[in-house]
Amino acid sequence: MQGVDIIINLLKIVIVFSALMLCVSIMTWVERRLSAVIQYRLGPNRVGPFGLFQPIADGVKFLQKEDIIPAEAHKLFYILAPALAVIPALCAFAVIPFGPTVTILGKQIGLVILDLDGGLLWAFASTGLGVYALVLAGWSSNSKFSLIGGLRSSAQMISYELPMALSVVSVVLVSGTLRPTEIVAQQAGSFLHWNIFGGGFQLLGFILFTVAGYAETNRNPFDLPEAEGELVAGYHTEYSGMRFAAFFMAEYINMMTSSALGITLFLGGWQLGLPARWLPEPGWLLWGAQILAFVVKMAFFQFLFVWVRWTLPRFRYDQLMNLGWKGLLPLSLANLAVTAILVVYGVVGH
Amino acid sequence: MELIAFFVLALLLIASAIVVITNRNPVSSAVALAFNLVAIAGLYMVLDAQFIGLLQVIVYAGAIMVLILFVIMLLNLREEAKAHPAGTFQRILAPVTALLFAIVIGRAVWLSAPSSFPEKTEGFGTAASLGKELFTRFYYPFEAISLLLVVAMIGAVLLAKRKVS
Repeated sequence: MQGVDIIINLLKIVIVFSALMLCVSIMTWVERRLSAVIQYRLGPNRVGPFGLFQPIADGVKFLQKEDIIPAEAHKLFYILAPALAVIPALCAFAVIPFGPTVTILGKQIGLVILDLDGGLLWAFASTGLGVYALVLAGWSSNSKFSLIGGLRSSAQMISYELPMALSVVSVVLVSGTLRPTEIVAQQAGSFLHWNIFGGGFQLLGFILFTVAGYAETNRNPFDLPEAEGELVAGYHTEYSGMRFAAFFMAEYINMMTSSALGITLFLGGWQLGLPARWLPEPGWLLWGAQILAFVVKMAFFQFLFVWVRWTLPRFRYDQLMNLGWKGLLPLSLANLAVTAILVVYGVVGH
Repeated sequence: MELIAFFVLALLLIASAIVVITNRNPVSSAVALAFNLVAIAGLYMVLDAQFIGLLQVIVYAGAIMVLILFVIMLLNLREEAKAHPAGTFQRILAPVTALLFAIVIGRAVWLSAPSSFPEKTEGFGTAASLGKELFTRFYYPFEAISLLLVVAMIGAVLLAKRKVS
């Protein structure tokens, strides 16, 4: 790797990292304002125009709070857990292609940090490690609410990883590759070529992936690990200040990674979904539009996350397990079998 | 570059392995073992076997270790007050066994280590090349292993069922 490539890669990392962090702060505002709209309230509207500077005020508040470590806590793991939540969440986003290959000053640059042959596996490996944060936070706090939250999260994440992975395997069967950039490239042209429609007939897979994604990110209606009504705040009951904020950051980043993966696999990634003859010549107009398409798709899924959270009631724990093992898992297995047959007979596949 | 990565990973590996066996706290041991497994994945990556490396993280660090942690927490195992006293047999047999094991491993490495390694082939370490090997050259062993896993799974379900009724 040459010096220029290293600088370009560092730049990409800095840009994606800042964009993610910016989105996290915007999302905290969106979540509060949107929940207010859904519940016929106003929400935070005092700090800045439309309350847009609320995240800054929140951040300052978090920084000023006293950092409390319970006396009986396991100190090392208690301090480590918030970091373990944020780092894997950020790592997973590295393989997401957020734009096409652009040419700057005669140099071809793919708009993805890590163009790995096993990119999808990388994303799964990273999100899989995220569960340690919840489990360790729950255990090290030495509080029964935290412990139950941690236990629930580990059982829930393992249960819903199966249908999620199986729906992804169906897409991998159709596209014949684990490389996210190639999967996006295959879905070029009209939006009917996206994997969810004519590209792979993965509508069921997409629904399964989305539902499992809500469970993997611990969002309502599957937010059992932090169910306020029964567990105070679940695994992060004992946390305060910036450490508490770190768990929130990780949750929002995970939401974005999960929707970005869904978009990449099923909804054409950064593709505009228009036939090639309608598109302008490759240039900044086209590239900008494609990056914008990715952002718009992401924004829609973030909106969906918030909408669902403030509309649906929480599942009971046995309902959650039943849905996972008796509902989603058989459906995803059936989806995989049907997809495999369709691929063997050449009905779908690239 | 690769040499530095190797030594850093190897150091982490050995250090975490020592923590696994010396720490009295089961949760600390489990976390150290998870760390160890991720470091092994890093070694695979250094060897350009990225597919195996990623699977190592997903399967061992991401699933199996989480289950082990889950069980430790469910049973609410606490720190062992003091080490179990070792019996006379243990005192004699442990070093002998360790020595024998070291001889066997050393001999195996000595015999199998080639003086020069073959050049990396095109597409080495990718999912495609590994899949091709598994479903052509190693087809029968591969199927035998999957059968073995199914048998183990059925056995586990049976054992769990009996306990309930």
